[in-house]
Amino acid sequence: MRLRSFQIILWVAATAAVVAFAAVRWWPATEDTAAAASAFTPTFALADSEGRIRTTDEFRGKFLLVFFGFTSCPDVCPTTLSEVAQVMYDLGSDAGSVQPIFISIDPERDRRLGLADYTKAFHPAILGLAGSEAETQAAAASFKIFYEREDDTSSPDGYTMAHSPGLYLLSPDGAWLRQFTYGTPAAEILSDLQSRL
Amino acid sequence: MKHFLLAASLTLSAPAAMACETVTIGDLTVEHAWSKATIGAGRPGVFYVEITNTGSTDDALVGIATPAAGMPMLHETVVQDGIASMPHAMSIPVPAGQSVQLSPGGYHGMLMGLTTALKEGDSFSVTLTFEKAGEVTVNVDVLSLRAEGPDCADAGQ
Ligand SMILES: [Cu+2]
Repeated sequence: MRLRSFQIILWVAATAAVVAFAAVRWWPATEDTAAAASAFTPTFALADSEGRIRTTDEFRGKFLLVFFGFTSCPDVCPTTLSEVAQVMYDLGSDAGSVQPIFISIDPERDRRLGLADYTKAFHPAILGLAGSEAETQAAAASFKIFYEREDDTSSPDGYTMAHSPGLYLLSPDGAWLRQFTYGTPAAEILSDLQSRL
Repeated sequence: MKHFLLAASLTLSAPAAMACETVTIGDLTVEHAWSKATIGAGRPGVFYVEITNTGSTDDALVGIATPAAGMPMLHETVVQDGIASMPHAMSIPVPAGQSVQLSPGGYHGMLMGLTTALKEGDSFSVTLTFEKAGEVTVNVDVLSLRAEGPDCADAGQ
């Protein structure tokens, strides 16, 4: 009898522990996620092709379409930049509300090769930025994206860059809105933007 | 209306005439060879093509050569766990009875050490080496930087 009540106490304690654990595990996590999503405001401070530091703050009031890449990337990067260019052309008179930005994750080489020539070849509105290594890492961390230099003898200069190929949309107040995964058709990006303008 | 559409499609396909050429070697058909314009010669160019194996023996593309670039290589764009990378492809399988495409976002020829910038409207030759069928040379059309592929009457088949 005493053993049984002891067992009951144990069960009650165990159940309470599970409930407490679940509460700790889930409640704050959910709040954290919600808070993080609403408070998530990516930032950058990076040089443009003329060496002027451009920051997220100066673009408040516009939607930002941000893409990380490198210009010695003939396959993935032109596909996304072409889509961004198409979106800008198709936005017509609304194009002024959207600022497309290309952030180099291979800044030293891209500065040497010339960033503006490259971005302008897709669309004149695309702003190419290439900061220092530390500034680039800070921008990537702020957008929660990954990039990495990989040594590769089958690539130009013996290395290539692995990177998150998504396209990121920020609201006019600078908050993260969403990502368009690699390969999202221009028409889909356009209609998403038009629904917000 | 039909005549109008025919005229329109002829007009569209005219600039991409060479990309629409078909070259055969043994059981392999090679077509839709194209490239994109580059900004200067300091960045690599790209080479895309479609290969169909109508035979009953598997083959593989094992290399490319071109006068347009000092270091042409086969690559594959891989997007895994949200990260895009571009490893070297030792060989690209061309299985019996199947088609394989070198196309944006997948396999591609990476043309490093360009001898000159590639301009829209230019063309150059690429020699493909297959494991079994041997070598075949195709003409490659340089399309615009923003092109998604050649406009051939039979494209997308
Ligand atoms: Cu490549």
